Amino acid sequence: MEEDFKVIENYLMVRMPEELDHHKSVAIRETADRMILREDVKNIVFDFEDTRFMDSSGIGVIMGRYKTIHCLGGQVFAIHADGQIKRILRMSGLKGIIEVLD
Amino acid sequence: MEKKKNEMKIEFDARSENEGFARVAVAAFMSSLDPTLEEIADVKTAVSEAVTNSIIHGYEEQEGKVYIVCEMTGDVLQVSVEDQGKGIPDIEKAMEPLYTTKPEMDRSGMGFSFMEAFMDHLEVASEVGKGTRIEMWKKIGTTPWLGEEE
Repeated sequence: MEEDFKVIENYLMVRMPEELDHHKSVAIRETADRMILREDVKNIVFDFEDTRFMDSSGIGVIMGRYKTIHCLGGQVFAIHADGQIKRILRMSGLKGIIEVLD
Repeated sequence: MEKKKNEMKIEFDARSENEGFARVAVAAFMSSLDPTLEEIADVKTAVSEAVTNSIIHGYEEQEGKVYIVCEMTGDVLQVSVEDQGKGIPDIEKAMEPLYTTKPEMDRSGMGFSFMEAFMDHLEVASEVGKGTRIEMWKKIGTTPWLGEEE
C-alpha cells in the first residue's frame, strides 16, 4: 500500500488501484491523509493508470482530499484516466474543480 | 413470441471485500446478452453502489446478508439488491444528489444518482427496521432485430 504513495517535492503522487470501490477507498483515504499531515504536501496527483473500475466511493476519496488540498492552496490532478473513469469524473462534477490531464 | 427468461440469485455477507465479487457476478451473468463494454461498466457501477449502500447504510458495517436477484427477459436485465438492514426513513431525501448521512466517511452522496444515470429505471422500497430493496432495469444491446432469435 505505502509503495503506491510517493512525495515528489510538494506533490503527493497516489497510484490508484485496479478497482476503486468502497472496500479499497478506506485505506487510500487514511494513508493519503496521514501523508498530507506528515510530509510537506501541497498538491495531489491521482494516477489512474491501473484503474479499470471506479464508483462513487472513488469520487468521495477525491472530493475529501480536494477539501484539504484546497485549504492548503494547492491543486488536485487526475492523470491517465481512461474513458470510463473520465465519464465518472465528469458526471460527478469533479472535472470542474480538479485538473484532468492525459 | 414468448421471451426467454434466465434468472440467478446470490446471497453473501455484507462485507466490503464482497463488493467486487457482487458486481463481477452480475456482469458475468449478463454476458449472454452480448453487452458493450460501456453497458457492462454501467451495470457494474450501479450494482456496486447498491451493494455498498446495503453494507454502509443498511447494516452500518455490522453483520448481515445481501441478496441479489438477476433476471433477463429478452434483452432486458433486471437486478434487485436487497438487505434486511435498518431501512431508509426518507427515500426522497436519500436520493437527492450529494445528500449523505455519512460525510465523515467521505461518502460523496452520489450513489443513487449513479444508479439512476447508469440504469434505465430504478425503484426503491424500504421500511425502517426491516430493510431496503433496490430494483433496477436496463435494456442491453442495440442489436437490430435481425440479430435477435425467435
